[in-house]
Amino acid sequence: MTRYGWVRLGIVGGAGVILEILCRASVIPRLIMIPPSEMLVSAWQILFSGEIKNDLYFSLVNIALAIALSVAGGFLTGLAIYSVPLLRATLEPFLTSYSSVPPIVFYPMLIVIFGLNRIPQIAIAVMFGLVPMAMNTINGLYRIRPVFLKVGRAHRVSPLASVFRIKLPAAAPYLFTGVTLAVSYSVIGVISTEFILSASGIGHQISFAYDNYDNRAMYGLVVLLLAVSMLLNSTLRYYSQRMLRRWAR
Amino acid sequence: MHARVESVTRVYPGRGGHPPVNALGPIDLDLYKGEFLSIVGPSGCGKSTLLELLAGLAEPTEGRIEFEGREVRGRVPEGVGVVFQEDSSFPWLTVWDNVAFGLENEGIDSAEIKRRADFAVGFMGLADFAKSYPAQLSGGMRQRVCIARTLVLQPRLILLDEPFASLDQQTRLLMGDELLRLWRETGATILLITHALDEAAMLSDRVAAMSARPGRLLEIIFTGWPGDRDSRIVEEARFGTVTARLWTILREESMKAMGRTESKGPA
Repeated sequence: MTRYGWVRLGIVGGAGVILEILCRASVIPRLIMIPPSEMLVSAWQILFSGEIKNDLYFSLVNIALAIALSVAGGFLTGLAIYSVPLLRATLEPFLTSYSSVPPIVFYPMLIVIFGLNRIPQIAIAVMFGLVPMAMNTINGLYRIRPVFLKVGRAHRVSPLASVFRIKLPAAAPYLFTGVTLAVSYSVIGVISTEFILSASGIGHQISFAYDNYDNRAMYGLVVLLLAVSMLLNSTLRYYSQRMLRRWAR
Repeated sequence: MHARVESVTRVYPGRGGHPPVNALGPIDLDLYKGEFLSIVGPSGCGKSTLLELLAGLAEPTEGRIEFEGREVRGRVPEGVGVVFQEDSSFPWLTVWDNVAFGLENEGIDSAEIKRRADFAVGFMGLADFAKSYPAQLSGGMRQRVCIARTLVLQPRLILLDEPFASLDQQTRLLMGDELLRLWRETGATILLITHALDEAAMLSDRVAAMSARPGRLLEIIFTGWPGDRDSRIVEEARFGTVTARLWTILREESMKAMGRTESKGPA
């Protein structure tokens, strides 16, 4: 681990210790927060008791589907907008102003259309994740250095081969940023919709525990959710940093 | 004749109410097989445009360009290699993969790809860095990667667009030596675009001087250097004469390019 990694760990660990002391000394009432050590124990027990196996599976499948659709859909949307001037001229302003629209407002409408199942949840998550992926795809393709494309032409690389051998690798740092955002937004989209109206999922379980004043379960589930998010994020961060190190000039 | 430029012009259409830009010509130029020809001229005179036309990366507005008797139009012909001014090494590939890039596109079997890429990497002095990424190399080494990537295709005509422009003077002299060695050993025809008069005078058999935009040929100077020359040619008295002659031709054109005219001396 790097020096900065240790500092980060120190900050998180220090915050945990401070919260532990404040909770144990009842400065923070148990009704508001339980000590972090109890959160960890609760998370461990919930995970291995198997009681949330179905909910965990439900959420993870939703998240995986949302990520796949956001990344693939966002990439294809970005590629189409970049490649077709008419689409570029008409759709790009929509995409740039899209971030001011919270997709969650469409959730009730999607429930009416698709019913109370995973489809509205995945749809909302895709609405969150697709646009950043598309925007980064467009950005990455726009920013390919023209000299790379000239090299392709000078080596008589066909237009199709140029996409795979030059354009995509050249745009990779931006695509990676798009994937990272799509992953984060997909998790947010799925969990937040499970919070609002759902019959299963981690978000639903957290909401259920909250409604029943079951702080131990609620914080245990929050810790589990944080662990999943951090695992996804740090994996992506590891690969993106490895790639960017090669690119750094 | 290896390549021929006949009455070529290049006009960029006007946009947004601006008039069309006559960037080049009309220009006539013959390249002889196996020669080293440099083109010098003021900034914006169309040197790089001429190279792109010769490479088939752009099309002339008028005129005709031939390489080995066949017209060049809109596609880079087989046998022509191009090295660009900017560092164009691909950052996502290792040095070796950069060099082998063009071969993988030619349908050559993997054993031959390895043989030729290994040779080109070694020839350009990059063997110890074959597995490195461009980010780990200096600017001069990255430019050598780009030259090796062109060399590996065994081009018969090598077009170089100010390949050493971003390098320091000492590195440029040494890269010049490398280029002369490459030229002698491959027997390729070389056309070098440069803004450095000393570089052109040192490396070339002939130096073509171009006018300010729209670039036309003003004069072609024969240097008369022996084939086995290297950068020590700068010590020769004639080197100064050739460079001075080029400056005499280009001084007024360079002032025109800067929007100035010759001022009269003291009365």
